[in-house]
Amino acid sequence: MSIAPPYRYIGQSILRREGREKVTGASRYVDDNVIPDCLHGKTIRSTIAKGRIVDISFGEGIPWDEFIIATAKDLPRNVVVLIEQDQPALVEEFVQHKHEPILLLAHKDAGLLEDAARAITITYEEDKSAAFEIGEGSLQKEYLIEEGDIEKTFAECDVVFEEVYRTGAQEHVYIEPNGFVGWWDGDNIHLRGSHQCPYYVHKAVKTAFGLKDDRQVDILQETTGGAFGGKEDFPSTVAIHTALLARKAGRPVRMIYDRAEDMACSTKRHPSETRLRIGCTKDGKLKALDCDFRIDGGAYITLSPVVLSRGILHGSGPYKWEAARLVGKSYATNSPPYGAFRGFGAPQSLFAIESAMSALAEKLGMCPVEFRRKNFLKKGDVLPTGQALEGDPMLDAIVDKGLQMADYWNRAKKIAPIPNRGIGLSVFLHGTGFTGSGEVYLASRVALATRGDGKVEVRVSSTEMGQGTETIFPQIAAEVLGLEVDDVLFVKPQTSKVPNSGPTVASRTCSVVGRLVERAAHDLKGKLNGTPIADYHATHGETLGEAKYQAPPGLYWDDEKYRGSAYGAYSWGINIAEVTIDPVTMHPTVENFWGVYDIGTVINPTLAKGQVEGGIAQGIGWATCENVVLEEGAMINTHMTNYIIPTTMDAPPIMVDFIENPYEYGGFGSKGVGEIPMDGPGPAVLNAVSMALRRPLNKIPIIAEELLDD
Amino acid sequence: MTEPIRLKLNGKEVDLHSHPMTPLLHALRNEELSPGTKYGCGEGECGACTVLLNGDAVMSCMVPLCQAEGAEVETVEGLCIDGELHPLQEAFICEGGAQCGICTPGMLMSALYFLRQPEKAPGGVREALEGNLCRCTGYTRIYQSVERAIGEAAGK
Repeated sequence: MSIAPPYRYIGQSILRREGREKVTGASRYVDDNVIPDCLHGKTIRSTIAKGRIVDISFGEGIPWDEFIIATAKDLPRNVVVLIEQDQPALVEEFVQHKHEPILLLAHKDAGLLEDAARAITITYEEDKSAAFEIGEGSLQKEYLIEEGDIEKTFAECDVVFEEVYRTGAQEHVYIEPNGFVGWWDGDNIHLRGSHQCPYYVHKAVKTAFGLKDDRQVDILQETTGGAFGGKEDFPSTVAIHTALLARKAGRPVRMIYDRAEDMACSTKRHPSETRLRIGCTKDGKLKALDCDFRIDGGAYITLSPVVLSRGILHGSGPYKWEAARLVGKSYATNSPPYGAFRGFGAPQSLFAIESAMSALAEKLGMCPVEFRRKNFLKKGDVLPTGQALEGDPMLDAIVDKGLQMADYWNRAKKIAPIPNRGIGLSVFLHGTGFTGSGEVYLASRVALATRGDGKVEVRVSSTEMGQGTETIFPQIAAEVLGLEVDDVLFVKPQTSKVPNSGPTVASRTCSVVGRLVERAAHDLKGKLNGTPIADYHATHGETLGEAKYQAPPGLYWDDEKYRGSAYGAYSWGINIAEVTIDPVTMHPTVENFWGVYDIGTVINPTLAKGQVEGGIAQGIGWATCENVVLEEGAMINTHMTNYIIPTTMDAPPIMVDFIENPYEYGGFGSKGVGEIPMDGPGPAVLNAVSMALRRPLNKIPIIAEELLDD
Repeated sequence: MTEPIRLKLNGKEVDLHSHPMTPLLHALRNEELSPGTKYGCGEGECGACTVLLNGDAVMSCMVPLCQAEGAEVETVEGLCIDGELHPLQEAFICEGGAQCGICTPGMLMSALYFLRQPEKAPGGVREALEGNLCRCTGYTRIYQSVERAIGEAAGK
């Protein structure tokens, strides 16, 4: 089965499907729901990091009998189920982190609700053994990758480089905070909210309420105002809380977070610490890598094991090693749980290796470009997990294009003698889709359905959150079916109406789910056998084209040995950053930024570039201005006034281009695009700042005050 | 009960019944007059709630309702007239200026202010939009959108 180029829709910048609603203000986000007779919900949270609840008192002057008050005891199963079942939806007795939910209140008057929240006093017996640093608390998960004889290979090296790299937490700052509205009809719960994985919420709610039948839970995704991983696991808790209050109230409830609550309580990017030891020959041939990658998992397991896994799987960078050992460890602390954030561990480990590569080139007296080139992975090379690369990474071509775009050699030559100016680069890869056997376990399904009016509906649980799902799937289906793209409709993800095509995460939507949409379109095309859709529908009724995930041939991952092909495909890229340091304040300004990527076939250039540019800006923010200040494990700068994301005046001109190297098993040849933009800016900016200051740095965010202190 | 506060919203007189000190943002949203005006931070940082008040771009979360009494308020809902999109709206669709869309209404209103009074932002579009945060786009496509609309207005 294949549709050969030239394509009618693939590769075309078809306009964003929901664009008109978004520019007219007509899109409905969760907070835009108007529901009669609805109560407002509020969460009462812990003010300590670890301890036992001794007493909860309800102060005077509040008409408590008007309030709905819910506790852990009201939940049939007090758990937010994800990978493990260690996280309660509400604290029963023991608090594990600040801002942990303890009580829920609901009232029709939002103002009175705030007064009531302030009138509640919780007394604790504080446990002073709380852990706040990586390594202080218990080990949550550990992975090991070993290939070759590491110590013997180090003994053969002329040069051994060692450094410790650190990255800070990062807050997502989707402009729309978390929120849900919900109501029960009999034993069935209806929830609408801002989230990226309807079926994660479905499973968590069904489990917490002990419901037997999948059909008792209906989760709808409202237009979602940004997510970036921040609405992957966290919304499950908000949904359970909303449903619990609604059940106790017997009325609809809305729980919409304000900015400060959202920033304080929601998940963030895992802080990391990477100890690297790299051995090479004096002429720059890499031989041995010893990588000890550690992350702060926070108080509960949530997604940390898989973040850790993706982290070490990307920790060896786009290079060939004779021997490599990568150890990953996730440690518990008494911080609110860290969670998914675009890149999912890979930006942290790639930050370490790519910062080290530039520092090591400097140590060797080599050009950072040529040093990297000498060691790039090529087709057939074997990764530390034993996976032989089937596709050609084309790294030389990607790097050439990046250097040309940035006019790198001239620019570098011009900048080199000028104090406080620098140019830095990074080269990186990102695995498409779930790690290891993840896609096999997900067993995603999609459906295309005929309609009486001759149109076709795409039914998937993959969500639109700005990146373009609603537009690219109709492009793919229309291409196969030979329909007008406007005749392929996208159904709003709702668990009662769409099959489970898996979560909208892991750079999987266009490539993995897009492939399923492509196959489902072929399935439908086969059934139609040339009959126009309206005619076929009139005779046979609604007809489905369906597809279920099948691993590409030869793709195998051994969970027990932690070896095999971790990803079916990799995207690749180069970033170049040009910076200026203010000599008085030491504030780094990124002046220009370039990126060239191979994301396979580019389905929609405008949407793809837009997504990549936004990811680069987030990466620049992570490296420069985004400083999560923690106190007893919890973020204290929980406002947009003191947690700074790039504004128009901070974000540099960003130049992006692609090299298209299609992947046979991705939707029309596409590979992952969502996360790779986050991988390169951290080290590229750090390397540029290191050049500007004439000394190697090892930590992001780069904080001007700290540079002044040094 | 206090007297309702009357203002002109997108050219139409309306009475608002919220408390006079309610931020204009919440009054407009709670009274279902402008669901398109968005909350992002509530403290004048993100710009998602930007509206035009007597022609000036303001963050409606920072303006008490009483201050808008008798004023002309323009919101995103007023841009599209009789189904005809404003050139800025067209441009945001064509150039990919809207992604998740939550910052878009505020971004459009700041851009509209810039279109009408470009002299207020001598540094150009980048300066004109410095009060509006976007987390999706990295701003490049938003600049292109605004520049396209400016080009069209100039008949290019």
